[in-house]
Amino acid sequence: MNLAVIFFAAIVTNNIVLIYFLGICPFVSVSKDIETALGMGMAVTAVMVGTVAINWPVQYFILEPFDAQYLQYAVFIIIIAALVQIVELVVDRYFTVLYEMVGVFLPLITVNCSILGVILFSMIRGYSYIQSLVFACGCGVGWVVAIVAMAAIRRKLRFAVIPQPLQGIGITMIIAALMAMGFLGFSGWISL
Amino acid sequence: MTDRRHDISQPLTSIIRNGLLIQNPIFVLGLGLCSALAVTARVTNALAMGIGVMCISILSSLIASLISSVTHGRVRLPVYMLIISTLVICFDRVLQAWYPVVSDQMGPYVGLIITNCIILSRMETVAARSRAWEAVSDAFAVSAGYMLSLVAIAMVRELLAFGTVVGFHVMGEGWQPWAVMAMSPGSFIILAIFVWITRSCVTVKEDI
Repeated sequence: MNLAVIFFAAIVTNNIVLIYFLGICPFVSVSKDIETALGMGMAVTAVMVGTVAINWPVQYFILEPFDAQYLQYAVFIIIIAALVQIVELVVDRYFTVLYEMVGVFLPLITVNCSILGVILFSMIRGYSYIQSLVFACGCGVGWVVAIVAMAAIRRKLRFAVIPQPLQGIGITMIIAALMAMGFLGFSGWISL
Repeated sequence: MTDRRHDISQPLTSIIRNGLLIQNPIFVLGLGLCSALAVTARVTNALAMGIGVMCISILSSLIASLISSVTHGRVRLPVYMLIISTLVICFDRVLQAWYPVVSDQMGPYVGLIITNCIILSRMETVAARSRAWEAVSDAFAVSAGYMLSLVAIAMVRELLAFGTVVGFHVMGEGWQPWAVMAMSPGSFIILAIFVWITRSCVTVKEDI
């Protein structure tokens, strides 16, 4: 399959947050401020690409030859957890400002479903190594685009009068619905 | 986020009332939103997801409570993730063997139960510091709230998107399927409406 199609489809028409609903929790809780959202998005992208880069060979060169695919979930989640620890150490050491902003959320990337989701999707669709990496990049970029756009919209909402029960999750879901409709509008242009 | 910690010494009835309404995981706490949005286009899928999360949550809370004397500090989270992923592997196998159609439709979302925050938050906040019986009843109450919420969303979506409920046609012949309800925007909007209704009944202190 064409790499460009995989990449752009992962950003727009198959956006991982807005169409596949993966990584909704940080999408709701970290989208209050644009810079934090951007930092979080980049950390998620890094972990996503790293996860796919490691887990793909693990699946096809270790688990399958030894006929141990049933261990897939357990092995994947351990690798993701280890990778998140490494990213956390690197960010803490070299990007102190960023660490102060998103430090609390970094360990939560382990339980961010988009990371596990990306690797499971590329397994189910039978992508090659290169295709999986491109797909992971596309998903990461798509996640960043979605969360930064959401943070920008929510900044305007500070001055809006929202019914009390709808504040927080409710209004975020409605905005996400409108964004999803916009993203789906591209489906005539790119579709998998 | 609200403070999710229970007063652990409460009676069973109030644990259950908490789980179903006051601490409803989806509409009030905002946990497990991914699966609530993703598998609710059909009631059968929502039910399968709800049952899976309930079994896994009860078992993992039970185990977390039993081994709480040896798990603390830095080993706790990895141990919990391993317990959950082992249980998810079992559930996935059972689903594939007995209900292959449902398993196909849910695709990767079965595996993604591992990252469902409800299970981990119950182990972390309640099970790790309470007795086995309390841990089990708490996990049961919260995951029952989760399952009922999922089925409620799925009822509305399936009715509007396909004109059916649990596969039976209930709308008349002239019913025009509302395609957007089967897709992601419909999912977000229905969830938002449910959150609105629930939070009108339950006051929530939150800082999101």
